[in-house]
Parts: sequence; structure tokens; C-alpha cells
Amino acid sequence: MRDDQMPTYSYYPGCSLHGTAKEYDRSLKLVADKLGFELREIADWSCCGATAAHSTDELLALALPARNLMLAAAARQPVLAPCAMCYNRMKVAQHELQEPTKRQAVAKMLGRSEKELWSELVAVVSLLQIVTGDGIQSAIKAAIVKPLKNLKVVCYYGCLLARPPEIVQLDNLENPQTMDRLMAQLGAQVLDWPFKTECCGGSLALARLDIVLALNRQLLDMARDVGTDCIVTACPMCHSNLDTRQRQINAKFGESFDMPIFYVTELMGLAFGFSAEALLLDKHLTDASKIVNKD
Amino acid sequence: MARTGVFVCHCGSNIAGTVDVKRVAEVVGQMPGVVFSTNYMFMCSEPGQRLIQDAIREHNLDRVVVAACSPTMHFKTFSGAIQRAGLNPYMIEMANIREHCSWVHPDKAIGTEKATEIVTMAAAKTRWLEPLFPREIGVTRRALVIGGGIAGIQAALDIANAGVEVVLVERSPSIGGRMAQLDKTFPTLDCSGCILTPRMTEVIQHPNITLHTWAEVEAVRGFVGNFEVDILHKPRYVDANKCTGCGECLTRCPRKSFSSEFDEGMGTRPAIYRPFPQAVPNVPVIDAENCAALKSLREEPGRAKPKCGACVKFCPRQAIDFSQQPTITTEKIGAIVLANGFSLFDPTVYGEYGYGRYPDVITSIQMERLMNAAGPTGGEIRRPSDGKHPHSVVFLACIGSRDDRVGRPYCSKICCMYTAKHAIMLKEHDPHVQSYVFYMDVRAGGKGYEEFIRRAQEEYGACYLRGRVSKVYPERDHLVVMGEDTLMGMPVRIEAGLVVLATGVQPQTDADEMARRLGISYDGYGFINESHPKLNPVESNTAGIMLAGMTVGPKDIPESVSQASAAAAKALGLLSQPTLLGEAMVSSVSQERCVGCFTCEAVCPFNAIDKVTLRDGRQAAQINEGLCKGCGLCVSACPGKVITARGFSDQALLEQMHVLLQDRSPRMKFGGSSR
Repeated sequence: MRDDQMPTYSYYPGCSLHGTAKEYDRSLKLVADKLGFELREIADWSCCGATAAHSTDELLALALPARNLMLAAAARQPVLAPCAMCYNRMKVAQHELQEPTKRQAVAKMLGRSEKELWSELVAVVSLLQIVTGDGIQSAIKAAIVKPLKNLKVVCYYGCLLARPPEIVQLDNLENPQTMDRLMAQLGAQVLDWPFKTECCGGSLALARLDIVLALNRQLLDMARDVGTDCIVTACPMCHSNLDTRQRQINAKFGESFDMPIFYVTELMGLAFGFSAEALLLDKHLTDASKIVNKD
Repeated sequence: MARTGVFVCHCGSNIAGTVDVKRVAEVVGQMPGVVFSTNYMFMCSEPGQRLIQDAIREHNLDRVVVAACSPTMHFKTFSGAIQRAGLNPYMIEMANIREHCSWVHPDKAIGTEKATEIVTMAAAKTRWLEPLFPREIGVTRRALVIGGGIAGIQAALDIANAGVEVVLVERSPSIGGRMAQLDKTFPTLDCSGCILTPRMTEVIQHPNITLHTWAEVEAVRGFVGNFEVDILHKPRYVDANKCTGCGECLTRCPRKSFSSEFDEGMGTRPAIYRPFPQAVPNVPVIDAENCAALKSLREEPGRAKPKCGACVKFCPRQAIDFSQQPTITTEKIGAIVLANGFSLFDPTVYGEYGYGRYPDVITSIQMERLMNAAGPTGGEIRRPSDGKHPHSVVFLACIGSRDDRVGRPYCSKICCMYTAKHAIMLKEHDPHVQSYVFYMDVRAGGKGYEEFIRRAQEEYGACYLRGRVSKVYPERDHLVVMGEDTLMGMPVRIEAGLVVLATGVQPQTDADEMARRLGISYDGYGFINESHPKLNPVESNTAGIMLAGMTVGPKDIPESVSQASAAAAKALGLLSQPTLLGEAMVSSVSQERCVGCFTCEAVCPFNAIDKVTLRDGRQAAQINEGLCKGCGLCVSACPGKVITARGFSDQALLEQMHVLLQDRSPRMKFGGSSR
């Protein structure tokens, strides 16, 4: 990809970016516009197959992402799935459908031929892959007008961006650096911490809140220990668990957490000069204004 | 006319179970030239061999076929038997009706038919057998030992004590190897240095041992009994003849903070150093990379005086010599013992354990250095991060062992034992410290080994947890170890002051290069293959090269020492013979017809083709019978067809094909052919 070309991606927002992660969607679009890549939302997209599907029916959990990828095939552009769960489902589906028996079953489920299914599984990219790609670095450099000076951050990748390692191919399973390097580029002071790829509890927030509260307490506790101002994430599920549960965690464990949680694109947006209002930062349940007003 | 005898073996039921041996003997007995045929239960047994010898005398046989197992198994047995009955030992052909027939065919009719074909072919070949006479080869009565660890030391001493000269080559500045780094040894807790250093001294004082440290085996030529070995002597920059080992230079060197190889990075050393105080020889070596003087001379070629001269100035014997250059010497050697040791698995591939990321996650060999009274902490167990004594230490076993994921599916054999030793020693050092051991299985097969593990658990309170660790991470001033206790069926969280990774063993990183240099084979990991894993465990598959220690595979000190003594015995056995008999089944060149194209030289894998100038001035090929293995590549490559493989003449092979393919093949007589 060269700087003078306008790269285009088929955009798969998934349920989160149209719902609880609206601010991720908004900040992503602002950042994309600034960096000069275009997002075209896939028409008639459906559920990515996460959680409800993949915990009940393996084939359905492959057929759903396969359907979305096939919808995007006509556009001949790679699919951008900013949500870690959507991204993970699509990557796993591509991997699993290399197996002929699964491919047959899924093709049948979708009412398509096996050959069609095979040829229309377009490439999937994560947001981190795009914004850390070689071709886009000069655009990022040029876009930074308000470097994140004096801001201490820890990067939280969660489980789905990193696992299974042989499928998602993040730079390092235990100590990834991709997001860390991006944040450093934005001028932030990136702190090392050991919980980059630990579990946030995911959708257990609905079924086993106790587990989710305990796990997120550990994450927040470690983040506070290393002295960060905020946590950066690229996953709506992680964001939701960390951002919305702090009051419950404080009540249950007698803590006093007040840790702003950002999407990676929100901090990019701030560095690129967008206002908190434009980025919809008021959607956060844990107040982020102390960070925004810091410099 | 040839008088051939055919002897068909039952091999118990190994052959007779699937082959009608009586029938085979009867059918082949009708072939022209076969004057006697019989079958017997175990032809290789004493009565079996006697049967052959009696038949030779009684029927005046001049050649035999033994239809039994593979010639690699018993050619020598039967060849010897006929020789004792007065025949040339090469007037025999073995028909392999076991590995090539009975073991792979379940059906007796087919098995019998095929066995008959194999034996018929062998009998047909005997017509063309000729007496062969192996050449006698001289033996250089000197041994080379590669590697100065405990295995190499033991082998060198055993050979030298038998009155044979030994050249011992060690690539580091001192002999002693891994054992010199250890604190105590399991299961008796002998002080490693105390039992090792006397042996090291014995080596350097031994009149029959020439010791070359800081030297490497560069090239090996020749063959059993007659090797030529090039040894590269790296410059030490200290004249070993002048140096008294006083150590003044070590204290005077202004650059002192280089990571110590011997202390595994737990301590530092100056640019001029000896690995440890009891080093043998007690002559320092200068680290050319980091020495200011050598650096200045290297980078500014015209420079008259080096930038630094502290060691030169203070050496009372003027032993420092910056002008030393690498040199190569050549030694004539009869037998080689390879004892080049092992390396340790690099645990950084396990990102979850944080080795290299968190300073208080260390490896077991680093723990040895911390425990050693002569080590960087004077034997106090202090954490690398802040120098504090840890209150609890967690050991993780099987790091780089029994894990397919990292390409190390084998068991390293010593880690269970040295980890138990660490748990015991830890408590001896500090009675308040608690140790935990995460293990997969405790493997303690050895004299006093299981008892030793029990002692660690029962007397020294080591807490053994069966399960793997998922993550190690820092929290405030300690590390947290998250793991699973599979016996309790629950996750475990332990706060540890220090985490020790019991790293497995693997071959030296350049083991494959060494193997290629010596012309011996190695396995997929780089461990050297034994000639036979059970019956020839200390010999390589190249004659004259013996093996000792971890170069073959994981083993502990007693095993390494036993193997070294065994290798020494094998070397001595070889060197005690005034001459050796070479291979008789080798190639030979009809030199009057050779045009000197040397296609044979290009294809020969053993460098066995010599160029000679004939009396009329022509160049011709000549086979070096010491090196030739009789593989036959030159025979098939020779464009003029002037090379023959003795024992495998074209006529003999064609005759075999002929009897196999002709219509009146004996198998037709069975009638019920399924083909």
C-alpha cells in the first residue's frame, strides 16, 4: 500500500460498534478519514458468530462469519473488523474452513457451492494491523498535532487479538508490542505490565458477573500498581468490562478505582486534534475527562 | 565346478513361522552346483556353526549359502565359521529370508515362495565368488579426545593410564566443563569441585596427556588407525610457558564488568580472565573483543603502542603477548573419543515464564552459580533484582523437555534430580525458605535417586505440585506464579521471591558441524548416533570414533563417566592391535584401462579415490582401501567400466537376475502361485 493511494476496506462493524461501542465506531471513522483510508460498510451484514453461536454450534459459528466474508467478496477489498471478537471469528473461520468436511457442511448450510465458498473468503485485517502497517506511518506522523505528552498508558490486548497464536499471528503472544509502539508514536509514555493478554471475562459478564468482577479487579489493580493513567484497548468486550464495572468492583471489594479506559482510536483521535465531544468520549461510564483535560 | 552348500535357518519361529524352511532347502538343493542343503533351528548357535563346518569337510564344499537373517547381523559369525573350516572367509553368501521375507509376509505360501527365490539367487551368485584378502593397515598408537568435560577427562585419563599417548582438545580456556560450574552433585551431595579438580590436575600432570585448551578440532582426515587431525589454537595473548598463574593481571585490568560466561551472567569478569580460580591450565586468556589494548591495535593498524597496558605493566613474568596469532597444528591419531558435551535449552521461547523479562526468573545453571561458594555471591542465594534473600522459591521442571511444541519431545533425564538437589540445598542455605516444585512426572531411575527425591519432600519440606505453570509475573516486590495442581484439580497461585527454570539439555549448537567434520551421523536434534543403541553404545558408525557423555543424549555424571571409560576401553582395544584388517569388499581399479577422468573421485562420499601417476606418466585412480566402504558408487559412475566392487562382480549380479527372471524359476514348481 502506498501513501498516495486511498486504501479502501470493507467495513464490518459488528453489533458492538453499532451499540455499546459507538465511540469506537465514531473515533475509528474520524481517524480513518484523517489517515486517508476509506471504510465501506458491508451491506446486509449479520452476526459474526461469537459467543451465542460458537458456544452452541460449531458449524453455525463458522457459517456466520463465512456469510459476511462472502458478502464482502464482490468489493474485492480486505475486510476490516475492528472488534476483536469479530476479527477472531473471521480468522478462525478462514482457518477451519481449510478442512474439506467442514467446508462442505458450511457451504450446504449457506446454500452455496463449496467452490464459491472457498473463492469468496476475502482477507480480514484487524485495526492494529492497519495502523501499524508500513505504508501508513508517514500519514500518522503528519496527523499528530497534540502529542499525548505526560500521558502514561498500559496497552491491553486481551485474549482474542492474541489467541490462538498460530491463527491470529500477533507479534508476540505473551508480550505483544504492536499497540505499545503505536502509543509511543503518539507521544504517550508506555508502561510495561504483565497482564497484556490476560482474560477480562468476556461475555461472562451476563452469566457469571462474580468472575468478571474478580478478573477486572485484578487487571485494574495491576494497572494501578504500575502507575498508569489509563488503559488502552482494541476490543469492545474488554472495554465494556473494564469501563462499566468499576463502580460494582469498588462496591464489592472496597476499592476506589477510577481508571479511564480508551479505545486505541480514541487516543489516536485526541492526538490528531479531535475534541472529546467529537470522539463521543462522554459515552464512557468511567469519566475520561481528567485525561482529556490533562494537557 | 563349484561345490556349494546351502544352510537354511529357522531362527526359532522367526523364519520357520512363515517360511517352509525344509521345502526351501529341498528346492534349492536341486540347483546345479549345489551339492548339499539342509535346515536347522538356530544356524548361528554353536551346534549350527558346527553343522556347517562338518558339511564343508564331509562334502568337500568350497562355498556356502547361509539363508538366515541380515548380513549386518551375522555375516561375521558365519564368515568366521567357514574360515575355521578352512575356506576363505568371503566364500559365503547370506540370503536374508528374515528381515526381507518372513518378518514382512504373513502368508506361509507366499513367504516360502519368496524365500526360495532369495536363496536361489544367493546360490547362483556363489558360482562367481572369489577368495578375498583384506589388506593390513598400520595403527598410530595415539588417541584424540575432543572435549574436556568430565567425560573427556575420564576417557583421557583411562587411555593415558594404559600407557597410550592422548591429545585432549578443549575449546574453552579451561577443562572441567559443565561439572566445574556445579555446586553439589546428586544424590550424594558430593561437592562437585572437590571431586572434579583432582582429576583436572591429574590430566595436566599426566606424562601421556598433551592438553590443548582454547583450541578446536578444525579438520579430520584419514581413517581408523590413521587419522590426521588439524587443531586450531586460538590466541590466548598470554604466553603459557611464562605465566605462573599468579593472577596479578586479573586484578590490574581496568575493564572488569563483562558478563562472566562461567557464572552464566550472574557475575562479571575482567577482559583478561580465567573462568574460575581452579582453572586448568591456570593461565588467563584475553577477551579480544573487549580488551582495550587489542581493540586499539586492531582498529588503528599503524599504532605503535596499545591504548592500555595494565596487564603488560604489572605482569612479573612479561607473559602478556599481544602479537599472538591463531595457529594450526596437525596430529597423527589412531582413535578418537568425541565428548563434546551439550548446551542448555534457551527458555526465552516460553514468553509466559518471563525469562529475560524479569530478572528474578533464572535458570537452574544460574542457580548452581548462586549456590556455589566460589560463585558470584559467595554461595549466598540472593535475587538478581535487589540482592535480597528470597523467602520462597518456585522451581519449574521440564523447561524444554517433553514438549513437542518447542521441538524437544524427549526427557532430559537430569532435571528432576538436580531440582530436588536445589530444593535440598536451598533449605541447607536458609532454613526459613520454602521451595515449591511444579513437575509433570518425577523421573528418578537410578541408585539412590528415588530416596533422594523423598528426602527433598519429607526431610526438606519441598512442596511438589503436579502440574504446569501458566504464567509468571511481577507484583510489587515478588513474582506471582500461576499454575495448576492436577492432583488437587485446582489452580494454584504462589508468591515467589525467585523462580528457577529447570532447563533441559540439548546438543551443542554446532554439534552437527562437528559430526560432519568427523563423518559420523546424528539424529534430528543433533545428538550423535551410536553404532548400535544397545550393543555398540559407545561407538559411532565410523570405525575408530568413540562417543562419551551427553553428545549422545541426556545423561548424568555417573553415566557419562561410565560411558567415557567404556569408550576408552574401546579405543585401547583398537590401539592395542599392531595392525588392523581393512575392508575386503572394496572397489578396485583396473589401472591399465583407467583414462584418469576421476568421475569416481567426484562421486565418492568417503574421499577414498587417490590420484596416482603410473610409470608411463599417465594419471589413474587408485582406491584407498582404508577409506573405501565398498558402496559401489564409483563402480556405477565409471564411464569406462574399469572399477569393480569386490564381492559384487557384474557376472555375479547378472547371474542372480538371470535365475530370478528365467521361466523355469523354482517357484513354478510349487504350482499354486498366486501371481
